[in-house]
Amino acid sequence: MVRKLSTILATAIVASAFALPAKAQDSIYVPLFTYRTGPFSGSGIPIANGMRDYLTMLNERDGGIGGAKLILEECETGYDTKKGVECYEAVKGKNPVMINPWSTGITLPLIPRAAVDKIPILSMAYGLSASADGETFPWIFNPPNTYWDGLSMIIKYIGEQEGGLDKLKGKKIGYIYLDAGFGREPLPLFDQLARDLGFELKLYPVPADSMQNQSSQWLSVRRDRPDYMVLYGWGALNPTAVKEAAKINYPMEKFISIWWPGDDDMRSAGPGGKGFKTLNWHAVGTDFPALQDIQKLVVDKGLSQAPKNSVGEVLYNRGVYNSMLIAEGIRNAQKLTGKTVVTGEDVRRGLETLNIDEARLKELGLEGFAGPIKLTCTDHNGHRPAFMQQWDGEKWVKISEPIEPMADRVKPLLEAAARDYAEKSTGWPKRTEPCDKQS
Amino acid sequence: MFYREAGQFKTNYAADMAVFPILQDKIGIAIILALALVVIPLVGNAFFLSVVMIPFLVFALASIGLNLLTGYTGLLSLGTAGFMGVGAFACYKLTTIFPEVNIIVWIFASGLFSAAVGVFFGLPSLRIKGFYLAVATLAAQFFLQWCFIRIPWLYNYNVSGAIEVPTRTLFGIPVTGPNASPEMRYYVVLGLVILLTWIASNLVHGRIGRSWMAVRDMDIAAELMGIKLLPTKLLAFAVSSFYCGVAGALMVFLWYGGAEPEVFSINQSFLILFMVIIGGLGSLIGSFFGAALIYILPIVLRGAPSLVGLDIGAATVEHLTFMIVGALIIVFLIVEPHGLARLWQTGKQKLRVWPFPY
Repeated sequence: MVRKLSTILATAIVASAFALPAKAQDSIYVPLFTYRTGPFSGSGIPIANGMRDYLTMLNERDGGIGGAKLILEECETGYDTKKGVECYEAVKGKNPVMINPWSTGITLPLIPRAAVDKIPILSMAYGLSASADGETFPWIFNPPNTYWDGLSMIIKYIGEQEGGLDKLKGKKIGYIYLDAGFGREPLPLFDQLARDLGFELKLYPVPADSMQNQSSQWLSVRRDRPDYMVLYGWGALNPTAVKEAAKINYPMEKFISIWWPGDDDMRSAGPGGKGFKTLNWHAVGTDFPALQDIQKLVVDKGLSQAPKNSVGEVLYNRGVYNSMLIAEGIRNAQKLTGKTVVTGEDVRRGLETLNIDEARLKELGLEGFAGPIKLTCTDHNGHRPAFMQQWDGEKWVKISEPIEPMADRVKPLLEAAARDYAEKSTGWPKRTEPCDKQS
Repeated sequence: MFYREAGQFKTNYAADMAVFPILQDKIGIAIILALALVVIPLVGNAFFLSVVMIPFLVFALASIGLNLLTGYTGLLSLGTAGFMGVGAFACYKLTTIFPEVNIIVWIFASGLFSAAVGVFFGLPSLRIKGFYLAVATLAAQFFLQWCFIRIPWLYNYNVSGAIEVPTRTLFGIPVTGPNASPEMRYYVVLGLVILLTWIASNLVHGRIGRSWMAVRDMDIAAELMGIKLLPTKLLAFAVSSFYCGVAGALMVFLWYGGAEPEVFSINQSFLILFMVIIGGLGSLIGSFFGAALIYILPIVLRGAPSLVGLDIGAATVEHLTFMIVGALIIVFLIVEPHGLARLWQTGKQKLRVWPFPY
């Protein structure tokens, strides 16, 4: 038995040793931090599928990016910081061109390391909002908008519903959120808006360990009867909140969330979720050439782990959007440096000069999928507008035009937070990376 | 044949009661120390040092801390992660307020803060025992975690609610922060763990340890023998929390480099309790075994398929790891309910009479 095992082992080692040189053609290593297990897998699986499938589609259709094949490797984090840091250390040595942590908890410890290890971090609309400031955080990117932008858009939308921001005076707005960094981040802006616009802010924090038990929070909601409810949740918090809201007959069309609830969340919340609204910055569905390519070249060929009907769901498409940014960052880096095989340093420059306009989106087969986005050396976020979508019981329906964030309110907060971060971490390096011209 | 004490005569009490009474044991520990101090940093790559060894040592230290309380004094605690958090946040506050003081000093000092908090939450232990005490410490866990989230002063009003570790140096070489090399961090952690293990070993083999064990085995009998229960139990809480606090500070400063309060959740407490139970209650070496089994084994299992060239999806590997580790834990507990330390003892006993067992 032992001999048999060791023979198998030896063959495997020899085989892998031979297999290696075959891979030596031009390739770019893209690790994907995903979570298909654990309590957050409900949100994690569609995102993981979307990210992976878009990049696989590029490999299948174009043979990679600019002649370099993408080597994809998933590392399972389980949304756990420990495992995320472990994943980072595991992939660090393999020359990754960028890291997508997909968890604010994992992003935070990686932020100071990015500059040292020369690996850019793309935390798409999560992570540290202050990292939008490219002067302080040259290696961190968080397009297309921050949680502060999101909140300002929600308030603007509520204002529109009421017929003007000045009509918010005397109204009551409830805020139910995950009582962690992510949910608490909008609080300073929320407070300030409440003071300036004259509405009353009611807070309903949900601790991370009792996300599925929100009865006490909703009991208070029932008592307070806020005119609008704002939700910042993730994982099991979202369906539970919607379910509880339906239970107390809270009017769903006045219940507005940041961009994280997915189709599965709404389906598990049941029919009471009809009318629920969330922000979003990209389309749902598969009515785009690129997504049809994914269906044809990846899903139909059995290269994807995604069930066929999940392609086009909101979180799946968010994964696709994330991978579109990855791919464009790499392509831009290739264009800037003239190299086929780019490194993390090149991709940092590529992301910094990212400029995806309407024409480019059309080339990508994603016309109308999302708005154009442009990053600069100082602005690593873009602060793009997002639109409101509503759950009609089966799918998401776009119900508003893109809403611009309140830049005048978000910008000072951002700058203060970035300054604060740099001040508190003594010895935070000054930016030395030169700024490339927009391509 | 090789592992036997024949010919090794003890001529005084101290020699007879030594922690490592047999020459072979002394050689063994010397080899382990040499491995840890010289060979591992030389041979190990950055991944091995920072993902396997540093966390393993941190968890071993936390397990020793809990073991002093649960294994030696018989007081069940579920607040380990909370006490680790106190250490981490105390160290963060201290080093941001007094950045010029050496970080090692603050790591020890943060242990003292944790010890004070531990003593406070240990007060009910005089009246309540067993599961009821576990519930009282559970309250400590939830209260402390609530503090980490709700008191912004603790994280310096950081918008993200997390603590970020600044760069600190020791003899001019960075030991914390992004620029610290894995070797340097490993040496600092290893040095502290060796020192604290040595202190713990002396504690449990001396008067204090004996009074702890007397309380564990039967507190009324211990009281009749003249052991004052309250100071003994509180001392156990203090020492245990000190170890946990230092482990927590090491965890955030030398391993993560930044942490959210979520790191110190109840799950972490359970993890360390499992390490203690599987390693062996009332055994220092068991704490190391437990930490190795629960922390390192999954990493090995995760790396195994790609090492032998099998292409299995990351999620499948994760599920398999869960199942294998779970099954192994059950197997170990059935084979040896007293933990890996007892298994180690039995193994040594067998080795003594090998190859002529009687």
